[in-house]
Amino acid sequence: MTSPAGAFRSAVSIRDDVVHGRRSAREVIEETLARIDRLEPRVDAFLAVDRAGALARAAEIDAEVTAGRAQGRLLGVPVAVKDNICVRGLPATCASRILAGYHPPFSAHAVERVLAEGGVVIGKTNCDEFGMGSSTENSAYKPTRNPHDLERVPGGSSGGSAAAVAAGMVPLSLGSDTGGSIRQPASLCGVIGFKPTFGAVSRFGLVAFASSLDQIGPLGASLLDVATLASVIAGPDARDSTALPRPAPDFVAALSPSLEGVRIGVHRDYVEDVADAAVRALIGRALETLREAGARIVHLDGVDLLSRYAVPAYYLVANSEASSNLARFDGLRYGPGAGAPDLLSTYTATRGRLFGEEVKRRILLGTFALSSGYHDAYYLKALRVRRLFIEAFQEAFRNVDFIAGATSPIPAFALGEKIDDPVTMYQCDVLTIPASLAGLPAVSVPCGRTPQGLPVGLQIIGPALADARVLSCAFAFEQRSGLMGTLAPLAEEVA
Amino acid sequence: MTAPRAAPDLEPVIGLEVHVQLATRSKLFCACRNEYGAAPNAHVCPVCTGQPGVLPVLNEQALSLGLSAALALGCEVPASTKFDRKNYFYPDLPKGYQISQYDRPLGLGGAVELAGDGGATRRVGVARVHLEEDAGKTLHPPGENYSLVDLNRAGVPLLEIVSAPDLRSPEEAHRYLVALKRTLRYARVSECDMEKGSLRCDANVSLRARGSSALNARVEIKNLNSFRNVERALAHDIARQTTLLAAGEAVLQETRMWREEEECTAPLRSKEEEHDYRYFPEPDLPEFAIPPELVERLRAGLPEMPAARLERYIGRLGLPAETAAALAADWEVADYYERCLAAGGVPARAVASFVLGAVLQEANARHVSVSGVNIPPASLAEVARLVEAGALSHQAARKVLAEIAASGQSAAQAVASLGLEQVSDRAQLAVAVDAALAAAPVAVAQYRAGKQNALNALVGAVMKATRGKADPKLARQLLLERLGA
Ligand SMILES: [Zn+2]
Repeated sequence: MTSPAGAFRSAVSIRDDVVHGRRSAREVIEETLARIDRLEPRVDAFLAVDRAGALARAAEIDAEVTAGRAQGRLLGVPVAVKDNICVRGLPATCASRILAGYHPPFSAHAVERVLAEGGVVIGKTNCDEFGMGSSTENSAYKPTRNPHDLERVPGGSSGGSAAAVAAGMVPLSLGSDTGGSIRQPASLCGVIGFKPTFGAVSRFGLVAFASSLDQIGPLGASLLDVATLASVIAGPDARDSTALPRPAPDFVAALSPSLEGVRIGVHRDYVEDVADAAVRALIGRALETLREAGARIVHLDGVDLLSRYAVPAYYLVANSEASSNLARFDGLRYGPGAGAPDLLSTYTATRGRLFGEEVKRRILLGTFALSSGYHDAYYLKALRVRRLFIEAFQEAFRNVDFIAGATSPIPAFALGEKIDDPVTMYQCDVLTIPASLAGLPAVSVPCGRTPQGLPVGLQIIGPALADARVLSCAFAFEQRSGLMGTLAPLAEEVA
Repeated sequence: MTAPRAAPDLEPVIGLEVHVQLATRSKLFCACRNEYGAAPNAHVCPVCTGQPGVLPVLNEQALSLGLSAALALGCEVPASTKFDRKNYFYPDLPKGYQISQYDRPLGLGGAVELAGDGGATRRVGVARVHLEEDAGKTLHPPGENYSLVDLNRAGVPLLEIVSAPDLRSPEEAHRYLVALKRTLRYARVSECDMEKGSLRCDANVSLRARGSSALNARVEIKNLNSFRNVERALAHDIARQTTLLAAGEAVLQETRMWREEEECTAPLRSKEEEHDYRYFPEPDLPEFAIPPELVERLRAGLPEMPAARLERYIGRLGLPAETAAALAADWEVADYYERCLAAGGVPARAVASFVLGAVLQEANARHVSVSGVNIPPASLAEVARLVEAGALSHQAARKVLAEIAASGQSAAQAVASLGLEQVSDRAQLAVAVDAALAAAPVAVAQYRAGKQNALNALVGAVMKATRGKADPKLARQLLLERLGA
């Protein structure tokens, strides 16, 4: 295994140090807070930092270590949590004004699992409002900056979670992925982002955007760390009826550096037809690396992966569900609300003023798609197309173990560049949406930087329930590429 | 009230939508208690208040009760089903949508049998039965410029039962509701108490020329808070529609509201103002299979239904039809009756008269159901046996039952403590008989003059003198002997 570079301290090494008393959890958390203090003013990855809570928890952990009772796969490891994932006692705004001041009375299942393994929630990360966006510019509070180039976006919607890892503020974070919201920012920030099979991680405590697509997943700077967090959060949960009923396998134990006998499918939609030449070149080289690691590259050009239908099908399904999921935000029970003389104007004032433009656009689109008279032509048709995606992938996976290609067709773009052009922005997710529509596990792992120094991610998609194999394939790539733990140069400045 | 009737060439076509709250321990999608009458918002949690991030989990007891109801109504139960979202905004609907069932209900194609004249039955179709969650309650304090929301009811399991448009008169609609309620109570799925809101009803009515299948516009009537009001509102709206059609005017398709005080229906919203509920499959609850073993277990677990009981009471127990119907009308009464019979040794008819008499009176007096009356079936059987054996008069038996209910004593204890052992001893009674004759010379004279009623007065006097303990048959016999009849 390559030795960690510069500022990078893996979650696994932090945990080992704490368990064996080489460092106290307090030292770890104080150092983390100090890095956040120095970097956060430039990156703006966080919406809330729980300084007191994290230090109190570190003290608890240290007491356990002293008492010889310390255990947990994440003992003393600071973890940042996307602001649409509930942590009891911390705000959960989903980067929206409509939830300003809202403190959920419960924690998400994934957060409970992190805490049970000794993890320390350090704060809540910025994102596009309710996860709707691909640049984190749709946050109602502030944009987050890409640590590799502060004038560029970190991607989205889990931009804060990706940037916090890329800047070396935390080794691990939780994000959520509906159409690429973990993988795309991971790609743009040069970190690893994993979207598990739909149902592998309970959605309990994740504020819903599109229930049939949303998945919580880990982001980190090493595959071992990401697999560790994925193992911690995956598994059944009686509170989520869509969670898979069987216990998840140990993803860490399944990691192998070998790709001998592995067939990797390559399709032009994800390689040759990718818009950006630098991305194309890096993906080509990554495929070569996979081949060197023992994989057999299989061209899938005879299979239609339907990528051209991804964006329209996704936006109909996701926005239809969103229009219903976001109906509860009426200002009557929580959130600021807008007092008005009658019921209708209370609704229109609250929702009209406190939702952002992109959120309102999607609610309107989804409401329209579900309306009587349009329901069949839009919503039902999109569901049928979704079925075709599932079948197309099943067809492809008859002959290959994985499909590999670009995560994002372009590297990080400038702040403000696409924000006024929603349709161009939606195209950012064209390569991540298909796995979401089909509910498949997919990971984005760094595969180098463009001549401008912008990171590019290699996406590896596997069949349903092949989460362990997808992570192992990415691990083998990471081992070969030598890119593990490469953070943004900015992280080294304050190392 | 004389119900205005449709003109002879028009007939009403009526369908009813009934919502019943299922008698589960907890709500449909969360662990909150399903309890009526608690302090406002005492039974709420993140799920039923629609907090962001929570998910529904189906209550299996609600599913079982819903299936039991579907089976009791003779519905087909599908092999699998799903939930859908019905989207609309209202303050008592915390999520902004109701989880309901749209195109895959729990049951299809059942029926309710209405007893008709002369033993004939009429079959009213049940088009569908589906599960959904109840909304909360919005309260408007009089004179205040705010409203209050109580979410105790939000998420309580409801079963919606939609009849086929088979009903042809308000009176028939009333009988359908009585029969439906009886079946649902027998199946133990709901209390069906309209006063507590555990049964609610909306009615649809349209008119058509008799013999034609072409319907005029359909009117939905809401706010019907009693079976009687369902009947009255339907009668009123049929008259209203008839008048409109007779005048050559059109009936508007609309939703109307029954105004009890004014005894009329008034428009609530027109067709154009109807909600577009934007139904779509609930993505938080995957489609699920209904295991055939569960269906069979529930079917086997259904108690004997009212019609079967009625038949058994008449055919096997030899009860008069009226008595049998009164007992079978409510499962609690029927079950109580059968537990008394099971205690043994007493004729079915005698027990029936005590159950329908003393026991129901006791229940009514204390505003409880029969199961709330503190007379153990074994005690009632014992009292009935004493009466049959001539050891206790009917009149005394009532006192004994009241004493049992009040004090919790056994039958023997209550008889003893009231000193009510019947006096069947001739010598002992003869004293009272002689005293009664001596004290009532006028009655004696009247009897002798042929007035038979005078004898009853004399028997009464004997009963009074013995504080009800006299065996009335023996007293009568002794009186007749003395009067030389
Ligand atoms: Zn609840």
